[in-house]
Amino acid sequence: MIRIALKDLLGRKLRLALTSLAVVMGVAMVSGTFVLTDTIKHGFSQIFSTALQNSDVVITGKAAFGNDQNAPSFPASALDKVLKLPGVADAAGGVADTAQFVGADGKVVSHGGAPGLAFSVNADGDQHFNPLNLLSGTWPRGRTQIAVDKDTAADLKLAVGSTVGVIPRGGAVVHLKVSGIVSFGSVGSLGGATLAIFDLPTAQTLFQKEGKLDEIDVAAQPNVPSSELVAQIKSILPPHTQVRTGEEQAAKASSDTSSALSFLEYFLLAFGFIALFVGAFVIANTLSITIAQRTREFATLRTMGATGRQVIGVVLAEGLVTGLVAATIGLFAGVGLAKGLDELFKSFGIDLPQSGLIFASRTVIVSLVLGTAVTLIASVWPAVRATRVPPIAAVREGFVLPPGRFHRLGPYVALVIIGVSLALVCVGAFVKHGIPTATRLEMLGVGVLGSFIGVAMIASRIVRPLASLLGRPAQLGAGVAGTLARANSMRNPARTASTAAALMIGLALVTIVAVLAAGVRGSFEGAVKEEFQADYALTSENGFLPTSVDSADALRKAGVAEVVAGVRAGQGRAFGKTITLTAAEKGLSQMLVLKWTLGDASSLDVLGMNGAVVDKDYAKSHHLVDGSPFTLLVPSGQELHLMVKAIFDPPSGGSPFGPVTVSAEAFDSVTHNPQNVFTFMNMSGGVTPENTAILNDVLKSYPDAKVQTESEFIANQEAGINIFLNMLFVLLGLSVIVSLFGIVNTLVLTVFERTRELGMLRAVGMTRRQTRRMIRQESIITALIGAALGIPLGVGLGGLFGQALPGGMPFIVPWGQIVIFVFAALIVGLLAAIFPARRAAKLNPLEALQYE
Amino acid sequence: MNATEAIVSAQNVTRRYGQGDTAVDALRGVSLDIERGKLTAIMGPSGSGKSTLMHILAGLDKPSSGTVQIAGKEITSMGDNQLTLLRREHIGFVFQFFNLLPMLTARENIMLPLTVAGKEPEASWFEELITKVGLKDRLRHRPSELSGGQQQRVAVARSLVSKPSVVFADEPTGNLDSKTSEEILRLLRDSSDTYGQTIVMVTHDPRAAAIADRILYLADGAIVLDQRGATAAEVLQTMNDLDGHSVAS
Repeated sequence: MIRIALKDLLGRKLRLALTSLAVVMGVAMVSGTFVLTDTIKHGFSQIFSTALQNSDVVITGKAAFGNDQNAPSFPASALDKVLKLPGVADAAGGVADTAQFVGADGKVVSHGGAPGLAFSVNADGDQHFNPLNLLSGTWPRGRTQIAVDKDTAADLKLAVGSTVGVIPRGGAVVHLKVSGIVSFGSVGSLGGATLAIFDLPTAQTLFQKEGKLDEIDVAAQPNVPSSELVAQIKSILPPHTQVRTGEEQAAKASSDTSSALSFLEYFLLAFGFIALFVGAFVIANTLSITIAQRTREFATLRTMGATGRQVIGVVLAEGLVTGLVAATIGLFAGVGLAKGLDELFKSFGIDLPQSGLIFASRTVIVSLVLGTAVTLIASVWPAVRATRVPPIAAVREGFVLPPGRFHRLGPYVALVIIGVSLALVCVGAFVKHGIPTATRLEMLGVGVLGSFIGVAMIASRIVRPLASLLGRPAQLGAGVAGTLARANSMRNPARTASTAAALMIGLALVTIVAVLAAGVRGSFEGAVKEEFQADYALTSENGFLPTSVDSADALRKAGVAEVVAGVRAGQGRAFGKTITLTAAEKGLSQMLVLKWTLGDASSLDVLGMNGAVVDKDYAKSHHLVDGSPFTLLVPSGQELHLMVKAIFDPPSGGSPFGPVTVSAEAFDSVTHNPQNVFTFMNMSGGVTPENTAILNDVLKSYPDAKVQTESEFIANQEAGINIFLNMLFVLLGLSVIVSLFGIVNTLVLTVFERTRELGMLRAVGMTRRQTRRMIRQESIITALIGAALGIPLGVGLGGLFGQALPGGMPFIVPWGQIVIFVFAALIVGLLAAIFPARRAAKLNPLEALQYE
Repeated sequence: MNATEAIVSAQNVTRRYGQGDTAVDALRGVSLDIERGKLTAIMGPSGSGKSTLMHILAGLDKPSSGTVQIAGKEITSMGDNQLTLLRREHIGFVFQFFNLLPMLTARENIMLPLTVAGKEPEASWFEELITKVGLKDRLRHRPSELSGGQQQRVAVARSLVSKPSVVFADEPTGNLDSKTSEEILRLLRDSSDTYGQTIVMVTHDPRAAAIADRILYLADGAIVLDQRGATAAEVLQTMNDLDGHSVAS
């Protein structure tokens, strides 16, 4: 029996190829994700091990909680103590921070949010610990010199001897002379990061770390193992520092980036799974059609004594082989896709480090198992259907598969599935207490997928009126081709429905995203307009990075504004949980309107060194009331002893504050080099071109700070949302492409099935052009049915999700985007029809007259 | 015979399938004229080349050599579009398996050749036609709601609706029982008599051939006999004779 299945498959290569494509895409996405993230991880781990190859032991600052990025610097005196230890052959200290370059246009150089790294080097040393290679010039020496990486040099057209502007974190722009051009070890790219290299004293001054270090690299004496050296160093270690062997340090850094990348990994995998889910629909549909077309074949098998079980076996064996073939192709296509994704990230400005593709055995196993399993599961239903072919079909012309025993129950089952799914979505969305967040998310996911299945099941019952309606323009505009296309799309509703359902899924997801994004934007705009009464805002160019406190100070000193006040942000830990800690500068109360449940805006100006403002939910969950004392730990290891002074109800569209807010003075007392996330200003006369010019003039030395009006501020903040949104749309586009292949499959099989009809039409005078148009119109009608099902479903689910977000969200239907989605469905229909229409047009009218 | 009377004419038509040693000659040089207004039957055992001949006469297949004219136009050199337009204007088809579109009503199926050509039917002609084929009260039905005979009558009406120069009927009774076969044959004969419709019918059914004005017998890819009318019994006898003849040769 299995051999029959295989022979059959090989005999129908086109069918095999078309069915496979549906799985190939999803598997490629999964395998591509693994290959990409593995490769990036490997790239980073190479960077770290190269950087630390000569460091037997590394001493770094230690954050009280959270990751090492927030680690405080430590006293430089530690280096002298280390050098005196018996096991130490050599040691060097350095400062690491971030700095941004300024281009000739006065704008900050940024590669898609990649950081601008800054290191110190010792120009006089033997560069034993230095991970950098000097390509030309010399290492920087003294207050006027800087070395830059070769990509930045090329970008800004710098050569040895040129002058370049650089903004050290938290400071004003400084102009330095390029002493040398460097590269980082053997790795070409550091993920788009720029490198600013200074000598140690210069770095210490620029980053306000005089007398401090961030890292000490230690080389052990010969015959002293790293572990022993670590033990020696531990005894003299200053507080808030840690010591690791070079390997440990590299491994730690690698695992930190790995966990940062795991978000990317899960994010991309999710889209792979969605594509596979859509692919399962396509496969089930394709197999159902082919089985309907092969009734005679199955019936013949039955007349020869094959049992129903054996027929199932044939279909499942085909599914298995198709799945394996598809999974294998997908696995390797994934490598190509990994390249493609990398290009996609690059086009969004994120340049990830790579050093040879990593093809792990996990990638192979997961891809093959997943692809095969999905295909096999999708084959079960068609296989069961195949057993319903009675032997008599072998000798009867035009036998049609009878509907199953449960056919009548179909719509009820579908309604139950939809009901249960929506209930799951509602519980997941609205019951916020008593169910862990992970479970709620799972309920949402299962509910959404379930509602897709339910709607797909019931779709066959509503497809006829839909096709009739959506086919009307075709009928009016495309003559007989349109009329026939409309009739064709209505003649097999189950088939049209499941073909359209695949597209429905992609479009529903895209619409959910669009609805949510519109809600987020709407409520954000609402919140900004309601909360902020300021004339101007100051943020960094990209809206993500904080700006220096100096820029706000410069404005105050210049005395051009009536009020200048910023909001700082960092991390804090209280009640056993890490939270966002914000700080308010004096004067903010005049520009901020919030709903207060305790105290009022003026409380912000009188917080002193121990006053705290908390938000309503935080107060509720930790039972905080007026005067409640609590202790907050910050990453440097220092503590703030706070007392609740005011409580506010955060607006849903975006709160300017985290759960806990303290005064800027209290924040600065425990934070090195504090920065503002926003700074707001009121000017006499409000927003005028003159005032804007005055502000820009004062801020000349701070090119990273951008003066914005309210609407500019909103647009700037939304730009970030939009980039993310576009990325989502591109990735969801994958599942739309899978459903496009589904339409191609159905049409090709339909054309095959209607060979005689098409031949007749050609014989009675239908031209090739009319034939093509007929198939094209049918394809478009199918795609539009997908849109008609998916977009309203997406709007509904998106609205539901929006209500589920804390505080609720305005329900905004993004009409503009919906028009684009309908248009996209139209294009999908057009593209899907190209190949089947050509096949149909090429059919010889003779086919109509020839019989088997 | 007057050349202008020939609505379809073929000269030295050959058709060879395949190449080299495995080549099969389906037609070995056939010349004929189909007279206007007559019902011509092409008879022959299966494999005699009668279907191939009809396909070539109707412009559905190309001869390996020789030429074919329909309504005075040379068709063997025509491209697909020209042929399609020629079919619209000059040719109607009746198929063995009816070949109706299942999603269209009887009326829509009959109108299909006009719809495809973007033409409006003459109301009086359409009325007359459906009365003749006896489908007046079946026009709103779909093929699945019609009997085999009714379906074939729809197909006959479809072939006549555009008043083509010639109707090609390919085994029109091949899929019908004897009673309905008779109905269809009577309908074809009647169309020829009433409207002077030229009809070419390919068949291996002697009773079908018996209604024809002229019977062309084909064997091994060549016309072996050109007979002016015959009864079913005579046709059967001729077939048997020819069979014996071809065995003897």
